[in-house]
Amino acid sequence: MELLSGGEILIRALKDAGIKHVWGYPGGAALHIYDALYRQEDVHHLLVRHEQAAVHAADGYSRSTGEVGTALVTSGPGATNAITGIATAYMDSIPLVVISGQVPLTKIGQDAFQETDMVGVSRPIVKHSFLVTRAEDIAETIAKAYYIAATGRPGPVVVDIPKDVTDPSYKVPYVYPAEIKMRSYQPTDKGHRGQIRRAVKTLISAKRPVLYTGGGVVLDNASEHLIALAKKLNYPVTNTLMGLGGYPGTDPQYLGMLGMHGTYEANTAMHHADVIFAIGARFDDRVTNDLEKFCPHATIIHIDVDPTTVSKNIEAHIPIVGTCNSVLPEMLGLIEQSEITPDTDAIAEWWQQIDQWRADKGIYTASRYEESSGNCIKPQDVIKMLYKITEGKAIVTSDVGQHQMFAAQYYLFDKPRTWINSGGLGTMGFGLPAAMGCKLAFPDCDVACVTGEGSIQMNIQELSTCSQHNLPVKIINLNNAALGMVRQWQDMNYSSRYSESVYEESLPDFIKLAEAYGHVGMKITHIDELEEKMRECFAMKDRVVFMDIDVDRSEHVYPMQMPGGSMRDLWLNKTERT
Amino acid sequence: MKRIISILMENESGALSRVVGLFAQRGYNIDTLTVAPTDDETLSRLTLTTQGDDHMAEQIVKQLHKLIDTIKVVDLTQGAYIERELMLVKIKATESDIRTELKSCVEIFRGHIIDVTPVTYTVQLAGDSEKLDAFIEAVREMGIMEVVRSGVSGIARGDKFLRV
Repeated sequence: MELLSGGEILIRALKDAGIKHVWGYPGGAALHIYDALYRQEDVHHLLVRHEQAAVHAADGYSRSTGEVGTALVTSGPGATNAITGIATAYMDSIPLVVISGQVPLTKIGQDAFQETDMVGVSRPIVKHSFLVTRAEDIAETIAKAYYIAATGRPGPVVVDIPKDVTDPSYKVPYVYPAEIKMRSYQPTDKGHRGQIRRAVKTLISAKRPVLYTGGGVVLDNASEHLIALAKKLNYPVTNTLMGLGGYPGTDPQYLGMLGMHGTYEANTAMHHADVIFAIGARFDDRVTNDLEKFCPHATIIHIDVDPTTVSKNIEAHIPIVGTCNSVLPEMLGLIEQSEITPDTDAIAEWWQQIDQWRADKGIYTASRYEESSGNCIKPQDVIKMLYKITEGKAIVTSDVGQHQMFAAQYYLFDKPRTWINSGGLGTMGFGLPAAMGCKLAFPDCDVACVTGEGSIQMNIQELSTCSQHNLPVKIINLNNAALGMVRQWQDMNYSSRYSESVYEESLPDFIKLAEAYGHVGMKITHIDELEEKMRECFAMKDRVVFMDIDVDRSEHVYPMQMPGGSMRDLWLNKTERT
Repeated sequence: MKRIISILMENESGALSRVVGLFAQRGYNIDTLTVAPTDDETLSRLTLTTQGDDHMAEQIVKQLHKLIDTIKVVDLTQGAYIERELMLVKIKATESDIRTELKSCVEIFRGHIIDVTPVTYTVQLAGDSEKLDAFIEAVREMGIMEVVRSGVSGIARGDKFLRV
């Protein structure tokens, strides 16, 4: 049997787990591992400029491919820098394995140089974590980590490895487990048959149904089943922020996103629905608004792979614990065999009502904002232009703020895994490193990072990583010289007292900055030059292009739910409300 | 209402901190907590008590079950159960009438005096939490020096059991 050191075992185990790419940053406690990495060619390492970006890049890779992402960091500050990335993945159920170096076992607890209790620090934001204490345990721990990360409700797993466990002079036999079985971890896959039957009956009998679908559909690759079910029943579909692309954005049955900045028709339809079928969604507070006023007429059917999500915020009348991928086809089968059929008259009437809402106040039936003119570029128009020029086929990552909501509203995602954003944690600085992960996975696909001048500065150092590893992403910077969403809230709730939300004259020249990193910079200040410049930008396939676009500083994101209201209580613009 | 939650989990380092951390993180309180390996040394049995309505208890059980190290979780208060807690109480006992009264009190509560000095009695008492509370009230006036309670252990009545 082959004898390997702990460092070598780790890298070999990564290879045997099917891992091709690792994002990371070396340091003292991880040096044995980095040396083992150097002496092989199967696992490709990408050096980032900050550990947070390593985790976001692994995350973007995972979100766009469906595979488990991998990051490698050193102990202490390396590990703590990774924390925001791990928390981001945890909130959005993204499967990652984050490997951190640790001080030697003999030094743990001594306040050694670069020592942090990584298992302790990361505990509330991981699906699981391991501290490996023997080289003999590394391969099995890695296999378990990938298994846990990817199965059930996915999530990040931390593997903390003390330096002496990877000692090159201590060699042990290498065995990668053929199969992982854990008596304490057996995620539910199939839903309860009786509950599924009840759900089908309720769904078919609905007169004002809405399919409310979330990130679970995307994570579970269950889009096709969702489409088949929605088409079979001719029911309306709305997606959460995390669920965008799970149902085609250009399909007539699609109502747009729901929730805080959801469309009028989606939120109003939810409010009036008699049956809400929640699929891989979690009734987040950014969707429901006031729980007491949430959808007063609805019978709730809820599928989720995680039992804790079901009936956590909103009591499900028909709870089903299982994967979307298993439950939806089973339901479809039962619908096809069912003796009862949908009340087509009621459904036609429901559609008539929805179409009326769309025509009255929908953002896709007319422009609900003042159009751009001259030097006043509307951020919404930039997103529409992005959609036009990339023909709706780009992978779009975003940071967090107004630009994120505009992208979610105006880029109509037809395919899952093409909209990549930090929905749960709302992590500014996510967009650029996530875009790197997507570009690595899909080098022939346009990858656009929609960002703002606030968010981009939180991980702008990764422009250097893009050069080193040839990751030609496109950065669409909606520059309003302020923290737009903060300012919007300050306008609406704090009498426009802009406490620490404006940059005044301190912003860098993003064009020069991009050029300093060896990239192309473009400044857009006039609406007439937007189309041509953006075409030029996307024509440069092998270059990173930073488009710095001055947008209207006073623009707000609408619709917007009113605090303490029901789903349908919305501001439609600065003066008009429902 | 009071909940007694029993957990069978892997006897591994970090497992306990995940349970305790979960309670802190989700805003639940732990009133008592007791944990030890079972007859199978790879397993730990943990009993904790908390307060909560049915919805909260259901969430707690589901959240605990979601932890990778936990194998089985049950809310004992959903069915018939037995609870026991062990208490050691050191009481100031310098005067003979107090010593006599204390001895009779210990007898009434079916406890044992397990250590005696010229100035103290140490009493061991087992029972449900209410019984231990009652004993403390009964001897409070005599001068309690120290109280040590183990926290509640619980087991289901009848043929229901928690095992891998």
